[in-house]
Amino acid sequence: MTFDLFVLPFFIGLLFLMAVLFIKFSRWIALMDASDRVKAGMALFSVNLLKSLREVLLESLLHRKMFKRNALLGYMHMSFALGWFLLIVMGNLESRIYSGGHINPPYYPIFLKFFIHDKRVLPFEIFTLPGFFRFIMDLLLLYVLSGLVLALFKRTRSKWFGLKRTTKHNSFDRWALTALWLIFPMRLLAESFTAGIYQGGGFLTNTLGSFFALILPIQYLAYPAWWAYSTMLGVFFVTLPWSRFMHIPTEIILIFLRNAGIEPGRYPGSFSEVEIRSCPRCGVCIDVCQMNQVGLTGSTAVYFIRSLRDRQPDVTLNANCMMCGRCLEACPVGIDTLGLRVGARSVDNKLIASDFSYLLKQPEIEKYVDVVYFAGCMGHLTPAVKRAMLQIFDKAGINYTFLDEDGSICCGRPLKLAGLKDAALKLVEENTSKIKHTNAKILVTSCPICYKVFNSDYQLDGMQVMHHSVFIDKLVGEKKITLNPLGITTVFHDPCELGRGSGIYEQPRHVLKQISELAGVTDERANSLCCGGSIGELNMSAAQRNVIRDNALNVLCDPNPDILVTACPLCKKTFESGNLTQVKDIAELVAESMNQEKTTLKSISLAEV
Amino acid sequence: MDKKAVKFGYVVTRDRQIDFDANDHSISRRVADAEPSLNLCISCGTCSATCSAAQFTDFSLRKIILLLRRGEIKSLEKEISKCMLCGKCQLVCPRNVSTRNLILQISKALTTVHP
Repeated sequence: MTFDLFVLPFFIGLLFLMAVLFIKFSRWIALMDASDRVKAGMALFSVNLLKSLREVLLESLLHRKMFKRNALLGYMHMSFALGWFLLIVMGNLESRIYSGGHINPPYYPIFLKFFIHDKRVLPFEIFTLPGFFRFIMDLLLLYVLSGLVLALFKRTRSKWFGLKRTTKHNSFDRWALTALWLIFPMRLLAESFTAGIYQGGGFLTNTLGSFFALILPIQYLAYPAWWAYSTMLGVFFVTLPWSRFMHIPTEIILIFLRNAGIEPGRYPGSFSEVEIRSCPRCGVCIDVCQMNQVGLTGSTAVYFIRSLRDRQPDVTLNANCMMCGRCLEACPVGIDTLGLRVGARSVDNKLIASDFSYLLKQPEIEKYVDVVYFAGCMGHLTPAVKRAMLQIFDKAGINYTFLDEDGSICCGRPLKLAGLKDAALKLVEENTSKIKHTNAKILVTSCPICYKVFNSDYQLDGMQVMHHSVFIDKLVGEKKITLNPLGITTVFHDPCELGRGSGIYEQPRHVLKQISELAGVTDERANSLCCGGSIGELNMSAAQRNVIRDNALNVLCDPNPDILVTACPLCKKTFESGNLTQVKDIAELVAESMNQEKTTLKSISLAEV
Repeated sequence: MDKKAVKFGYVVTRDRQIDFDANDHSISRRVADAEPSLNLCISCGTCSATCSAAQFTDFSLRKIILLLRRGEIKSLEKEISKCMLCGKCQLVCPRNVSTRNLILQISKALTTVHP
């Protein structure tokens, strides 16, 4: 007997799911750019495939990033993913032994215990341990169930899992979730009842079956339990493509496409559809988002992506984001949340016209220098930073030019973040030509916002782009400037665009350690908080910005530093308005330090004593 | 002035009387709904003083806000397209007007009402 009516809900659900997935995936492939399709095709036959498979194993099955965040959270996700996957694999192997190696209908391994009540030692098992498969299948089921127990605890005790806030799911997701949660208890009951009737099963189902046989009429309950198990599987499969569990098949596609080198975050577009559906709504991004502090939880990445998926993007919700990248850093799936946001904004702001023809009248002056310095718009708002940089250039004897001495053309990043890419490109072109006319080898900028866009969008023909903190570190390394200790304690604030945006954490710290005692704070490096001044944010009020600024300041001033040091004029300007501590740019401190005589500080402090 | 006119040593200034009834205040109301901090503006001109774009052309957010409030919206769309959205004005504004959103909202209101 290899068929029974009860397998139909599962079987139909599975066929339905396969058909839907086939249609969806084909549509994504059809809508892809031709160049992307070639890239994906090439990646199928290269080492990329191995890289992707490794990532699927580590992230989709083992949930490595989840473990890094919280061990309990990681275990919960792993038990469901890896446990279920192994159940399928081992179930298939077991059923193959009974069918003599033939391929079975898909329902056969799933409901094997209904069809086979074998208690013999299988030929394969003689070499291992008797009842190996019965044992391992029960163990795996127990493993998945342990995850389910944790998932139930997570509903009320999310703090154990490192989550203060969890995602508020819509009713459809709750249906799918309920079906998923019921699958494994139903399997346990069905297998236990059957094991109880035939005295079969492994350590778990056999024990439970014998127990149930004492208190329940299991001969009448077994068959309905198999029906319930099959029905739950069917319901889950049918709801899956429209629920958050769509991430299970899509995430694998995402990993593969990403490793194939396809540029993420181009919304609207085929790859963005894959990214949006890869979001499992795990809610890890909610806690890290500073918008919570001003009651704008609705615009956190998880809800933003859901709004895109439901095709109901909200203009205000899209605009309410500081683009600090904390969610991007936290996302276990690695969805380009910022790219998607920029894409959504480009749809919202598509009517906004920009006309920079007035810039074309600027004369181009040909120069020959080694270094070109670009202070940026924000750099001009902090004249002390500009002055310090010029002092440093002079002291180090650099042949430089100050490109935007008489006022800068914006770098284009603010327009880009507002989704106005075409307008941004006009500024990029204008600046590129100005920068190239200097014939310099290194472009130094004081503004991480400019730095980020110089690196990502400017074609500068091999000219090296450096943020001033990196350039200073280089000068110190080459002994072109000498630093003297200032005898102060400092705390370094990583600007979003410099740290998370460009991966520069060490150079500014390396410099600061030479001139001051650098204290650490709880949220630093990749976890650094946004100052609240963000030019990526389009809608927030000044009062809300102040709340975010003050909260960040409280964290940064916890070690009670003499000076809060940052490397971004915008962060400096924002923190200064908080009036909690003295704020300085790293360039200012370096200028002070190199101008200071080694003995001065000691003599002053002795005199004071 | 007409070249043929006799030069009397003085000029007759153009009439600067503003007919509020004839002007379009709908845009101003729309923008104030979307970005209420417009109402905080005291037309001090700090934004125009720091403006990056104003280094290169006669662009003034102060003027734009004045015209918007008067309902003189004819030249606004052309004017506002000069903004580079760099955000300097927002940092210097003593009244904490969300100038960047203001510019986006004015631009949006103009394009939706008079596409």
